[in-house]
Parts: sequence; structure tokens; C-alpha cells
Amino acid sequence: MEEFRELLDDCVHCGFCLPTCPTYVLWGEEMDSPRGRIHLMDQLERGGPLTASTVEHFDRCLGCMACVTACPSGVRYDRLIEMTRARVEDDHPRSRGERLLREAIFAVFPYPRRLRALRGPLRAYRRLNLDLAPLLERLSPTLAAMERLTPPPARHVRLPERVAARGERRAVVGMLTGCVQREFFPGVNSATARVLAMEGCDVVIPKGQGCCGALSLHTGRDEEARAFARATIEAFADVDVVVVNAAGCGSAMKDYGAVFAGDQEWAGRAAELSAKTRDLAEFLAELGPRATRHPLELAVAYHDACHLAHAQGVRAQPRRLLGGIPGLEVREVADPEICCGSAGVYNLLRPEAAGELGERKARNVTATGADLLVAANPGCTLQITTALHRRGEHIPVAHTAEVLDASIRGIGKESFISRR
Amino acid sequence: MARLDGLAGRLREIVGAESVITDPAELRTYDCDGLTYHRATPGIVVLPDTAEQIAAIVRACAADGVPYVARGSGTGLSGGALPRTDGVLIVTSRMRRVLAVDAANQRAIVEPGVINLDVTRAARPYGYYFAPDPSSQQVCSIGGNVAENSGGAHCLKYGFTVNHVLACEVVTPDGEIVELAEGPGYDLLGAFVGSEGTLGITTKVTVRLTRLPETVQTLLAGFDTIERAGEAVSAIIAAGVVPAAIEMMDALSIEAAEAAVRCGYPPGAGAVLIVELDGPASEVDAQFARVKELCGEAFEIRVAADDTERGLIWRGRKSAFAAVGRISPDYIVQDGVIPRTTLPEVLARIDALAREHGVRVANVFHAGDGNLHPLVLFDGAEPGAGERAEEVSGRIIDLCIEHGGSITGEHGVGIDKAKYMPRMFTDEDLDTMQMVRCAFDPAGLCNPGKVYPTPRLCGEVPGRRTGVHPLVESGKADLF
Repeated sequence: MEEFRELLDDCVHCGFCLPTCPTYVLWGEEMDSPRGRIHLMDQLERGGPLTASTVEHFDRCLGCMACVTACPSGVRYDRLIEMTRARVEDDHPRSRGERLLREAIFAVFPYPRRLRALRGPLRAYRRLNLDLAPLLERLSPTLAAMERLTPPPARHVRLPERVAARGERRAVVGMLTGCVQREFFPGVNSATARVLAMEGCDVVIPKGQGCCGALSLHTGRDEEARAFARATIEAFADVDVVVVNAAGCGSAMKDYGAVFAGDQEWAGRAAELSAKTRDLAEFLAELGPRATRHPLELAVAYHDACHLAHAQGVRAQPRRLLGGIPGLEVREVADPEICCGSAGVYNLLRPEAAGELGERKARNVTATGADLLVAANPGCTLQITTALHRRGEHIPVAHTAEVLDASIRGIGKESFISRR
Repeated sequence: MARLDGLAGRLREIVGAESVITDPAELRTYDCDGLTYHRATPGIVVLPDTAEQIAAIVRACAADGVPYVARGSGTGLSGGALPRTDGVLIVTSRMRRVLAVDAANQRAIVEPGVINLDVTRAARPYGYYFAPDPSSQQVCSIGGNVAENSGGAHCLKYGFTVNHVLACEVVTPDGEIVELAEGPGYDLLGAFVGSEGTLGITTKVTVRLTRLPETVQTLLAGFDTIERAGEAVSAIIAAGVVPAAIEMMDALSIEAAEAAVRCGYPPGAGAVLIVELDGPASEVDAQFARVKELCGEAFEIRVAADDTERGLIWRGRKSAFAAVGRISPDYIVQDGVIPRTTLPEVLARIDALAREHGVRVANVFHAGDGNLHPLVLFDGAEPGAGERAEEVSGRIIDLCIEHGGSITGEHGVGIDKAKYMPRMFTDEDLDTMQMVRCAFDPAGLCNPGKVYPTPRLCGEVPGRRTGVHPLVESGKADLF
């Protein structure tokens, strides 16, 4: 644990992280701030007991990494919390209820086919058209959150294994289809593939790909995460670039190198995969626009997904891509660095805190007066849509890829907006 | 600690069980503020929401004779909010409402836990801002600013917190809620601001808002040596220009800032100066041209073209303290003041001290008002290194006093510098100050152990003096 000690010692206790931490913003307690959690980790590392209250403070962390951005001393809180979570999973016996909930989540979410199977019952539930929400809320706030977050079932789309570049080929790229993205937002994947192709890329979509392991990695399920990661590394062994359109997945894949650092067999391949992973916006900005953009007269509020802005440092690129569309105005959401509360499976495990953060974000999104919200992470999209719905508001939401796709294909504002 | 157990129960009645912390691991997260060198785990932490709750907490502590300490964001650098193991830590981080922005009267009313920068964020739409800007302004609280009379880079022109506070609602050590305001009579507000939490706890602050300047011009000048940069500072002040800020950083602190935030300062500089002018455009433009001439010895001068570039210039400076964490495992942030004219000499002496003791010292200063922030770097894992650094840090303070300066410019005395107070003040001076304190807090329960090296007069601990204080003896003052 020498690495852990060194990472801890980087913290000088300046407190610059406090105002960017969602849970500190909510509760104003030191133990629910990054600085306080690092103090708790330090106590553990020095042999202190792993008590239920300490675990609670680690569990409350959303893993949004806003603190990593804010830290002037370069503390790798992301690594610290990941390592701590792995230890919690190993050493802390969870209650039966908690265990079942976690098992249930991880038995479904990382598996696209199981997610698809879930859509049937959810559709039935909706068809009953009975307002069961209050009952569900009382029985299990977590299940209620899942129900709320479930979008209307969309048509299943099967992408081909290879999409050919339009015009002269500029690159060959692999594409990750993800789990939630693939099952709940198939339109985002189709748009991503089309935009890449129209920008001159051959898009390779390996059939055998599964979950990248992001949800497991960010929840301390180390072994499970590694198994998913190894399969992902294998699936993309033959391409030079892997383009990812879900912020959480991209961030996890860029972390593979660190995750496998001590592993003789996999360290090299993991680092290689990390090095060739690009967020879609990052990749398109590097490549430069070639396809013609048609006007889209829209005021767009751009939402920074934590795993894009904080974890990958991708902030300017999506704004530049959107701003490059004629007629489109990009508006900023206040407090962009504060998480919307989605945070992987956080909104399923801690619906109350997630709900409060979602409410704050929704309020700030509404205040922009934009026609459309753009978010580049499926979790954020689900979370903010839900929060807006609760406020009795509706703003259409799209992924950066879908907006670019609409512009390049010349789909007008009306027909683009009416589809969402 | 049976006494504290009983108290915890009463505190729960006042603020609710959710807002009283007694779990040992949780308590330990409050064991220090921004200065980690001093640590003490508080007996109880309480997180009140209102002034009435704070008054009730103070009364409960007073009834049991339990000491208490107030804390905001916990970013202080003198251990002013260091808790008491036998006492209560009253944390104002949940009292963070901006209650009113009265632009027409250039004031805002805020709760003590409001973050410094949030006052500016609230006032900016009206064309105003809150001028005091400590480097920790994005996290430090107004209550802490009031306690420490915090300064910042722009104090050269605009003054310290005390110049920007119009009134404070205060819970006195008697547990009364009173309002201290500017006006006729004794300047109790002036005594309260900067009293480092020893005279009471502020629960509401009326701050002065300053109009946003019509124009701001910022330049970054790279010099070969720190002496040349120092000469430029003296020349600018001598020319009668009052910049909003003049900041200096030496090579080592530039290296740290570069590593932390990639601020892109001129490569190879022995020192950089940041000079900022603000005010009416015509005045600023003329003076800015003059400043550029006076920085003629610089090998590179960059002028910020817009707010983004200005932000980048300041980012390096504002993150300098924490950024030093990138180049050294441990460090002591020193804070001293010297007459501006002695800058080159004192810097040379600091350099010699550092060499002599085999430690590195990075220098960051508010050069305009002679406020030094030497950062003494060391590795705590190396035996004896901490002691050597502490020795150098103390000797730097001696240098400041020797040159007619002060032991602190803006970080306060707190627990860390109490030991230096006798180097600057006589016993009589210190006793007189403590009599003021006793007038507010006769029982000595409000942040005891800070500021004064030896508590005296209030009967806490027998003092070094035998007999009565000269002021008491002469009938000019009495003990409370």
C-alpha cells in the first residue's frame, strides 16, 4: 500500500476542493468533503478501524472528481477513492438489503441483453398506466428511482460491424457501444457511427464487445471490473483508436493503465488501450471538421458530464463542435462543476442525495432558457430529464453526436426537436 | 470527558442530533485547519444553522465552563481555528446564505459561512464586488475573514477586511446577540475584526461592496533576478502609482505553480512581477504605460489581452501555496512584513539562512506592501528536517522584526505565532491587549490559547508577572 500512502501525502489540507464537492455543498460537513474523506482514509491507513460511519462517508462520495480539477496540489482523489472502495468491498460486511441491491444492480446493468430483457416489464408497468409511483416510493426509494429513470422503450437498433467512411478515408476507428447507451439510447450510437463515417472514418464496431467495467470500477468491485476490462481490451486489440461516446466509459478505459499497473500480464496492453481511447468530441476536434454543417437555429445548454470534464479534461471540444454549427448558440449552465447526481449507480444507491443534486442542476438548466440540453453521458441524461420532469418542466435532451448528426444531415430544427 | 457527554446531549436539544458530531473518526477530520502542523481532535463538533442556536450553544458551554472555538471553511494558516480536545468546535459551514444585496447602498448582508468569492458572485450582476481577496477566496468563509482580518493581493489599494465590514452581528461570550457597527463611540467593530475568534462569534456580516472598476490592466514581467524585480517595485511606488496589486514570485515558487496549473510564466525567470492597475480607463492607461517603462529591466513583459489571460496570470499566483505540494512533501507557509525598501536585503538574508540550514525556501510576496510569504520546504520523513525548517521559519520572523516589520501580515497569530508575540511586544503591551480580551470574555472560554503566549490576568494560568499590572495599580484599569 506504499502507493496509497504516497497519494495521501500529496494532500496539504488547503480545502480548495470543498466548494466543488456535491456532498459538501449539500451538507457542509468536513467528513463529506474530499479533504475530510482523505483524512478518514489516512486514519484507516494508519490502522484505524473501518467503522460503519466511515464507510457511509465513502459511500456518499459520488466519484465526480470535481475535486481533482480543483486541487492545486494534484491529489489523485480518483485513485484514492477507487482503492478505498475496493478495500471497503473486501473488509466491510454489508447488510443483507444493501448486498441484495448491489448484486441486483450489477447483475443487470453491465449486461446489455439483461437490460433489454428489463425493458419488457418496464413497458408493461407503464402500460398499466396506474400511478404506482407513491407506493413504489414507500416500498423502495431505490426501485422508484429506477422506474423514474427508465426512458420510454426505444426501438432496438443493430449496428453493422463496419460502417464505411464517406468520401476519402481519414481514419479507422473502433467504437464502443456501451450498455445503457446501447439499450436505452440507441439513437446516440447510430448518430455517432454516422457522424464518424460522414467525417471520413471507417467505423469498426466489434460484435463481441461488452461492458467496459466503469460501473464496477467506480463502485469498488475490482475483480469484476478487471474481467470486463480484459474483455474490452481484447475486443479492441485490432484498432488504433477507440472512440467512446459515454463519458463514464471513456474515463474508465483511460484508467485501465493505472488499474492494471502491477499486473505483469496485462499492464502493457491496458496502458495501450488507455492511450488509444478518445472521447467522441475529443476525437472529432482533433480530426477537424470536413463534412458540411447545415444551420440549426437552436439555443443549446451544454452540460459538463463529470467523467468528461473532470476525469478527461474534455470541456472546450464539445463546445467548439456545437458552436461550429451555423445558427446554434451554446449557453452555459451555472455551477457547471457540480455533479447532477447521476454518478454511475449513485442515483440508484442514494436516491435522496441524488435527487437534491438533480433538482439543483435542473434549476440551473431551466434558467438558461435554452431550447435543448446537450449532455454526453447517458446517466446524466436520465438524471436531469427526471429532475426536470419532477419540476413539471420539459426540455428536450440530446447527445453532442445527435446534434452534429442532425446538422450534417440537414435535419431542420423542427423535425430534430420534435423527435425528442 | 463526562462533562462533555452531558453537554453533547444539551447541544442535540439545541441543534438536533444530526448536527452534533461525537463519532471519534468524524471528530478527527476536524483536527486542524489549513495549517496541519498543529492538530487537536475536538471534544464535540456542532453545526448550527442560526445565530440563536450559536447563542444557546455558547450559553451551554459557559454554564459548564467548557471552552469553544469557531470555525468556517477551515483554511486558516495560523491555526486560529485549532480545536480544543476538551471543548466544542462550532462550525459555521451550514450558515451560507447571502441574505441581501443592497446595491444602491453598496452593501450586502451575509451569514458567516458564506464563501468570500460567493459575495462577489452575488454582487457582480449589480456591477459590484467584494474587494478583499485572500488566495483562498474560492473556499474561505466571510466569518473567518472577519476573525483574521484577512487580506489578499489587492489590499495594497483597497485595504483589508476591516475596511470592508460595516457591521457584525456577534454572539458574545455571555451568549448575547449584539450588533457591532460603524458609528459614533468606541470602535468596537474595529476591535472585533481581526480578534481571531477571541472576542465572540460573528453570525451575520454587513460588508461593503466596491464598484467594479471601469477597466483593469494586468501585466506579467519576467526578471533575471529577484533584486531587479524588487527595484522595479520600489520604482513603481516611488513614482506615485498605486496599483491594485503588485505581486512577486521567485524561481522556486514559479516552478511549483508551473507544475500545478501550467500558468506559462516566462521560462528562466529568476522572479516575476504581476502588476495590476484598475480604475477609470484614462487614468489606468496613462499609469500602465508608466509601469511598463519602470519594468524596463524585465526581459519579458506580457500584457493580459482579456479576462482569460488575466485569469491565467493570477492562477499561478493564487495557487502558489498549495502548488508547492507538487515540489515538496511538506512545507511551512510563513507570513511576515518588512518595510518595502528593505526587500532586497531581507531576501538576501533569507537566502543565506536557507543555505546555512540546507533547506529550500520559495518566496511569494505581496511586494507592494512588503508582505512576505516565504515557503520553507522540507520532507517530514527525513529525521530532523521538520525542526530545521521550523528553525529557518522562526529566524525569518526575527529578520522581519529586526528590520522594523511585523510577525504577521494577514494570516494572523493564532496558535502558531503566539510564541513570537513577546519578540514584538513587551509584557505590558501583551497584558494590555489581554485586558481588552477579558472585557469581552472574562471566563476565557472563547478560543482560549490563541494569540497570547501566556494567558494572564483573567486568572486562567498564573502569569510570569508577580504583583498587579501597572495599569491596575495606577487605578487606570481594572480586571473583569
